Amino acid sequence: MLKFVSKRCKGCGICVNFCPKKVLEITELEKSAIIKGKEDECIECGQCEMRCPDYAIFVDKE
Amino acid sequence: MSVMEDLVEKYFRPGRLPHIWCPGCGNGIITGAIVKAIDKLQLDKDEVAIISGIGCSSRSTGYLDFNTANTLHGRALPIATGLKMANPKLKVIVPSGDGDATAIGGNHLIHAARRNVDMTLVVYNNSIYGMTGGQYSPMTPKGSKASTAPYLTIEPSFNLLELAKAAGATYIARATTFHVPTMVDVIAKGIQHKGFSVIECVTACPINFGRQNKAGSAAKMIEWQRDHAVMMGAWTRMTDEQRAEAKAAGKFPIGVLFETNDVQEYTEAYDEIIKRAQGGK
Repeated sequence: MLKFVSKRCKGCGICVNFCPKKVLEITELEKSAIIKGKEDECIECGQCEMRCPDYAIFVDKE
Repeated sequence: MSVMEDLVEKYFRPGRLPHIWCPGCGNGIITGAIVKAIDKLQLDKDEVAIISGIGCSSRSTGYLDFNTANTLHGRALPIATGLKMANPKLKVIVPSGDGDATAIGGNHLIHAARRNVDMTLVVYNNSIYGMTGGQYSPMTPKGSKASTAPYLTIEPSFNLLELAKAAGATYIARATTFHVPTMVDVIAKGIQHKGFSVIECVTACPINFGRQNKAGSAAKMIEWQRDHAVMMGAWTRMTDEQRAEAKAAGKFPIGVLFETNDVQEYTEAYDEIIKRAQGGK
């Protein structure tokens, strides 16, 4: 499961660019979010978490 | 909780995030890599000291929950040297920028290297003075646009690692913000190395370097790093001709470029001199 810390997100789009499954987007509010309907397509690879310069997105592996 | 979330909780000062760095700035990735390296080595917070100067990179000490000091522009290394002399047990890490380390603090850099003081200098190389508005630094590539060079820079840039090596640094390494695991690895090795370690972390300044040089988004600039960095293993396997060609194409090696344990470390040499002065020998 992806966990977004929106308070820290600056909407730079690095996570969107490097997501191999293309499930992320920058919303109108300039925050990273998972595209509606694509929640199940995330493979929890951790690219977004590794590349986020703002510690705003984490992959919560249960 | 994910591993990184755990590390942020553990090693960052509570309530200080979000940081001040611009959207897409790679400094957060490097600061995260320093924290990952410290965690990898399982160092206690109290045995680590992080000393910075002035600049975007130097703001990192404000977010990190270790023994930290944000000091004078270019003068982090002398202060860190004093700290190391007073308490040689401390693992001293100095985050610095390309301008802070090679221009304002250039003299301190070569003398810290010459003395081989056991410290780890992590240079956040974003090729520009970001905080003050995009003036060119000694590490801005020749032919770049900067607010102080509207018709492009005419100065060749420093090769930081060769400079540090020539001055006496006993560990030099490079990584980029694309190659995060490599960055964590070379920083951890640098902290473990007994002597002066210099690690160049190539990072993107999408606002003050990127915009002026039409480098595209932060993600595009990170892709540039991916396409131009060559792992040290592959770099050494190249023929001289291939290497010259790669250099001409703007490519550069990453990984541990040089390490030696043949030079005596400064605080050890100092301990010996104290013993001798006290009539020990």
